[in-house]
Amino acid sequence: MAENRKADLLSPGNFVRIFTKSGMVLEGLILQRYEIFDPDYITLKLDNGYNIGIRIENISRIEELHGAERRHTVEFVPESFQAEVKKGKRIHILATGGTIASKIDYLTGGVTPILKTEELLEVIPELRSIADFSSEVLMSIFSENMNPARWENISKRVYELLREEPDRSILITHGTDTLGYTAAALSFSIGSPSSPIVLLGSQRSSDRPSSDSAFNLIAASLYAKEGPCEVAVVMHGESGDSYALAHRGTRVRKMHSSRRDAFQSISSIPIAKIEPRSGKITFLRDDVRKCDSVDKGKMNEEPKLKFSDKIFLLKFFPGMPGDVIDFLVEKGFKGIVIEGTGLGHVSENVIESIRNAVERGTIVTMTTQCLFGSVNLNVYSTGRLLQKAGVIGLGNMLPETAYVKLSWALGNFGEEEARNIMLRNIAGEYEERELMSFYPRWYHGEV
Amino acid sequence: MEAQNDWKKLGLRVGLEIHQQLKTSKKLFCNCPVTLVEGGMEDVFERSLRPTRSELGEVDIAAYFEWQKGRIYEYHAPREASCLVEADEEPPHMLNREAVEIALGIGMAMNSNPVDEIHVMRKIVIDGSNTTGFQRTALVALGGEINVNGKKIGIQTICVEEDAARKGEDRDRVSSYILDRLGIPLIEISTAPDIQSPEEVSEVASWIGTLLRLTGKVRRGIGTIRQDLNISIAGGEKVEIKGVQELDLLPKAVALEAMRQKRLLELREELRRRGIDKEDIIFTPVDVTNILKSSKSKVVEKNLSKPGGKALAILLKKFKGMLGYELQPNRRFGTELADYARFYGDVKGLFHGDELPGYGITEDEVRKVYDALGGDPEKDNFILIVDEEEKALKSLKAVVERIRAAFDGVPRETRAVLPDGTSKFMRPQPGAARMYPETDIPPIPVTKEILEKAKALKPPTPEEKRKYYEEHLGLSSNLAEQLVGSEQQETFERLYERLHGSVDATTIASLLLVHMISIKREGFSIEKIGEEKLFRVLELFSEGKIAKEAIPELIKLLAQRPEADPLELAQKAGLLTMSEEEVRAIVKRIIRENERIIKERGERAKSLLMGAAMKELRGKAQGSLVSRLIDEELSNYLKKQV
Repeated sequence: MAENRKADLLSPGNFVRIFTKSGMVLEGLILQRYEIFDPDYITLKLDNGYNIGIRIENISRIEELHGAERRHTVEFVPESFQAEVKKGKRIHILATGGTIASKIDYLTGGVTPILKTEELLEVIPELRSIADFSSEVLMSIFSENMNPARWENISKRVYELLREEPDRSILITHGTDTLGYTAAALSFSIGSPSSPIVLLGSQRSSDRPSSDSAFNLIAASLYAKEGPCEVAVVMHGESGDSYALAHRGTRVRKMHSSRRDAFQSISSIPIAKIEPRSGKITFLRDDVRKCDSVDKGKMNEEPKLKFSDKIFLLKFFPGMPGDVIDFLVEKGFKGIVIEGTGLGHVSENVIESIRNAVERGTIVTMTTQCLFGSVNLNVYSTGRLLQKAGVIGLGNMLPETAYVKLSWALGNFGEEEARNIMLRNIAGEYEERELMSFYPRWYHGEV
Repeated sequence: MEAQNDWKKLGLRVGLEIHQQLKTSKKLFCNCPVTLVEGGMEDVFERSLRPTRSELGEVDIAAYFEWQKGRIYEYHAPREASCLVEADEEPPHMLNREAVEIALGIGMAMNSNPVDEIHVMRKIVIDGSNTTGFQRTALVALGGEINVNGKKIGIQTICVEEDAARKGEDRDRVSSYILDRLGIPLIEISTAPDIQSPEEVSEVASWIGTLLRLTGKVRRGIGTIRQDLNISIAGGEKVEIKGVQELDLLPKAVALEAMRQKRLLELREELRRRGIDKEDIIFTPVDVTNILKSSKSKVVEKNLSKPGGKALAILLKKFKGMLGYELQPNRRFGTELADYARFYGDVKGLFHGDELPGYGITEDEVRKVYDALGGDPEKDNFILIVDEEEKALKSLKAVVERIRAAFDGVPRETRAVLPDGTSKFMRPQPGAARMYPETDIPPIPVTKEILEKAKALKPPTPEEKRKYYEEHLGLSSNLAEQLVGSEQQETFERLYERLHGSVDATTIASLLLVHMISIKREGFSIEKIGEEKLFRVLELFSEGKIAKEAIPELIKLLAQRPEADPLELAQKAGLLTMSEEEVRAIVKRIIRENERIIKERGERAKSLLMGAAMKELRGKAQGSLVSRLIDEELSNYLKKQV
């Protein structure tokens, strides 16, 4: 069989009968293969629904089959829910990436995200009884591709939306990897929102029955109706579907690569606990920006929506050379957030470079790679030397939050003001009182 | 049951799907051990599942209903045998190579063709038994055939898949599951519909079961093997019967399903004979709440008191007697309709004219219902459902659809087997393609290395194994055949191997297949005797410490004290063999005692001496030793006399 004719018949979308050299006769649909898959094979979807791979070299003959139709895969199209739409709270969904809901092409395995509000309500009908929804797709990126420029885009759009309709809550769907960073960014850029801003994502993609996306969306919507006027992240509170948690945007961190309850408040407590089954919300802290005491007109002030991309988040490690810092300064970085060891330390060999950086106008701040607990530069001599070199200790601010805050501070203010801003508690990024109970109980094999 | 010929006439065709757990060291998609756990520490969490939609907006119907009912799944995650993967909190790891190799090895024994590249698929299953909402499955080989008692049975596919979670207790809307079984590798073997009688189903299932066991790589015991059946008769439809665990139930389930299909075809004939048309069956529910509102029937009373509770009925003209028509023992056409009502409308059940008056509903009430429907109690029939209006309407609609389907014969269904071999409607058959790729696992090329390992694991067919036992181990054909089909076969293999030929195969096989059984029949409980103890007993024999004849005695003692050391037991019971010197002394004594006869008969007295010696020495000395010593001592004695 001519090679080009063979290649032609083997293109995705063709129904074919394949004779292999190993003696098989196979009928099915040729599917598109991922680029990373071995190009020496084709993927065939058989009649029984299974996909198998066939080595192209193993194919002796191919026949094209005609009249094969796209079969209905599952026989049932449920009726639309005509649940009454509650005219009341309005919620706007801003999509930035990831998919809250999707449809599967069972034939090819392709997954199409659902983007239209109506379709979304069709798939998650519970939403209709919570609020009146609208939605838009602002961007569609993997969250690892998020950056300060995109924080600015999102901030601008959120600001506009709240200006247009101050009472409309905003849900932002976001890939989970950098969701915490964006939550912190909005916490600073939209410092005084006129409605709750809630970010959410999913740890199990929406193309599977066990996806956490609908649960998170429902919980986030419930919270968006009643929550305080500040930025929060709403995700699973535990592995099961019993409750979700709303975390303050500046204190939340992704603590697990795959669990549903990966997002947790660090050295802090969440804002609220949400139980979607009953609709119950329990508020866990008083120091929140209650919406009824918010001056909605404040949104009209000159917004501070910019972010600098000249900030570096540097994790210190034993043996780290000081050159790294020299290099950053040389490259024009204006701010460095160091994740130091313990109470906020780096090797004495690095201190000289830090001093030089500060002298050249770079803001150098210190956080702790322990994540839990505070930086304290007074306890050990290294800390005192760092202070002397001009390093700003950032207390118990999370390293990622500190990075975002410095990016925002230098994006909108001069160096001197930025230094002051770093020390002020603007959006709950400093937890004023750290309680014994804020530190998680790890597993010690207890029975 | 009908004769072989009758099944052929009926056009019975059966395909068998065998699911067998594999004995791998780890689960299919994680490093958890393959073991079921009783007690121990566990974590508990609750989840819900939501049906996924296709491009065309379709959802799997069973999944959809489960979700609509607001089912909550409570998972128990034993720490010993489950991790984040079972909890659906971590993506699956790579497909377990060992499982693939075992499955491909089994495939080779069935002349099945391995695929070039394995793709793991997700098969939607939303009854909560998989935390993900789908079962991961991969097709590893296609085609092939086996030869069972001279008949060729085609093999369609061989798959490797993950077992589902174990069912726990249900309460209200909560179904509970235990995650230790989730992820245990299974091999699924699907035969072509070449099986033509219930007896053949048993033969094929047991042949495949034996083949699987001969790999030495499958798990044994209750729940480690499950069978599904695809059954049709001429003019019927391919109906899937799920979840047969016992081999004995297979032929019964097949015969009863064939019967059900035959009866459904007869029912269709009767409908035609009565001149009823499909189009006559229309969905026209009539509200009869008023007639029944003061009914003494407990069910009616309870359901009418629900908010929005209504009694709705539909008339079935000329249907008198048809709903009581028996399809399987104790399962009538009305029972089938009730199953549909339950599935589609989530009601508890229905009433029909053929069973009323009854259940507290009076003759007067029945007459009034007929009047309200404008029906003739002598000729017509009705269906009555009392429940919340919406549920009752949905159920009635489903019932009407099912009755209409009766005009076409047998509907394509998935049914669940019941303990007596009958079955009940479970769900409409899912489309072949409620499957989509598992994107978390890249395809696995079936390399030469994998194929070589598989080849090494390829089991012999039962026939080959029997031949091997006869020709290489010297077992009698009877013993060889028994052994191949026996649960004890693996124990035999292990014992034989561990004894390195110091005990012959026949002795080991007889112990397992003959002596153990007769000892059991004598009323001893041999179940508690571990394999290790059996090994010890055989080892004592191989060391010459006990005689072959003493083995059954020692087993009986072990049955009473399974924890005891066999050597100690033998010692206490005086079963240890005597030394040659001790035996010689006894032989000499016996010769002395029989001097008179020896003088008379000379050499010919041996058999008599042997008898006398063995009477005393049975179980304490090998017969061969006794015989040799008698020879020696007798000739000594005779020489002296000369």
